[in-house]
Amino acid sequence: MNFINGAELLAYCEKENKKISEAMFERETTYLEQNAEKTRARMKKAYSIMQAAVKKPMNEDIVSMGGMIGGESKKLHALRAEGKNICGEVVSKAIAYAVGVLEVNASMGLIVAAPTAGSSGVIPGVLCTLQEEHGFTDDEICQALFNAAAIGYLITRNATTAGAEGGCQAEVGSASAMAASAAVELLGGTPRQCMDAASFAMVNILGLVCDPIGGLVENPCQNRNAMGASNALISAELSLAGIKSITPIDETIAVMYAVGRSIPSELRETSLGGMAVAKSACETCMACAEKRRKK
Amino acid sequence: MNEIGTFDILGPNMIGPSSSHTAGALRIAFIAGKMIGKAVSVKFVLYGSFARTYHGHGTDRALVGGILGYHPDDERIRDSFEHAKEAGLDFSFEENFTDKEIYPNTVDIYVKDENGASLSLRGKSIGGGNAVITRLNGVDVELTGNYSTMVIEHIDKKGTLAFVTTVLSAYDLNIGSLRLYRESKGKIAYAIIEVDSDVPGQMVSAIRGFEAVRNVLLVPAIKLD
Repeated sequence: MNFINGAELLAYCEKENKKISEAMFERETTYLEQNAEKTRARMKKAYSIMQAAVKKPMNEDIVSMGGMIGGESKKLHALRAEGKNICGEVVSKAIAYAVGVLEVNASMGLIVAAPTAGSSGVIPGVLCTLQEEHGFTDDEICQALFNAAAIGYLITRNATTAGAEGGCQAEVGSASAMAASAAVELLGGTPRQCMDAASFAMVNILGLVCDPIGGLVENPCQNRNAMGASNALISAELSLAGIKSITPIDETIAVMYAVGRSIPSELRETSLGGMAVAKSACETCMACAEKRRKK
Repeated sequence: MNEIGTFDILGPNMIGPSSSHTAGALRIAFIAGKMIGKAVSVKFVLYGSFARTYHGHGTDRALVGGILGYHPDDERIRDSFEHAKEAGLDFSFEENFTDKEIYPNTVDIYVKDENGASLSLRGKSIGGGNAVITRLNGVDVELTGNYSTMVIEHIDKKGTLAFVTTVLSAYDLNIGSLRLYRESKGKIAYAIIEVDSDVPGQMVSAIRGFEAVRNVLLVPAIKLD
């Protein structure tokens, strides 16, 4: 079984009464001829890496290689522990987890590129939070990750998830769409609702540029992962409430791709524009480099 | 061959921070490390974005880790400098800012092993943790390391490839791809053969036995979950 766009995937799911995650798993084991047991084991391993990555910055003092980030996850968890958070339990926890994964990534720790290293906090942020707050089992979360992978596959096949090609909307935007769709499936939504949630998430981030300070995956990447996680939860909620997307996911992906290509190259991971050239950003970057030299 | 699977999306499992600047760089050095005996010294020349951002991306640590044979998800990468010192591997880095025409994430690797053998190669990191070796000992080549690969160094002489493919077929090995590169007519040439399964040692000896063959190098497929 294979599908190459959202329309085919949706038609298959509706005809066979299957979840998106089931269709993706089937594609993996039939069309791509992967061993079913090994495929499940690989997903379990990926999720265990995500779980470790959200927890690590709660117990360790982390400083990134570039020196621009470290300790943000601890601060957010502390704020929530004091009851001073304003986003509610789920969103507050999800953003604390998401920024934590970026700390792990930026300090040469182990992460899963999901779909990229720069956007690796979004999916763990959302799914580890939903697991804890809703009591899902590891197996249920691993199943939902096949749903996320299906959305990521549709985007990669028909557009891009590379910041250098499509800006941050292609990285964090894609991660957010993947997480939104997985969240909807976990909470009992239909395949169509999953895809609508993915569309909402992508449209909300449409046009976001990729402008890493100093060329490093630290800032503004880290905060944008927090935004991507919260946006995934918002988009899932919109869809679960029965709000429908105007565009089917294939159109949304095509729009994202077209917008990505029209973003000037200065704003696509080259660090020649955006935040990367802000006066204070350059000064911060120089100070970090100086500190490193002295070490 | 190039269909996108689940773990191309949720993966690779990798040491951060960047699939192109960390995991991809490691892959290039990993391939270099597999093509030579126990490495004792290595020099890396970094170009473009690699040269500008290698500290902050840990590109340097990843390159050293690659020479040591680490996979992209090995947590020792962060401390690879210390591990290299323990292993008796000298390493150095040079930044090249003058060559502007070159692909931005490129590295040249010059490595020597304990027996005095040396190897030079150029690799570029092409995103998502993937890389291509574009030059080997001065000869332009193309090698990805995605599959188990045999690199056969030989004198460009009639009949060599026919001999090699006959041996491969005798050992029932399926060829995924086969390419031939040479410096110039009658000089050093490389046959780069990607195969679907492990290469038996006996077969390598058989190929080494052919007079025009100077060396056979095996590069195992890198694990990228």
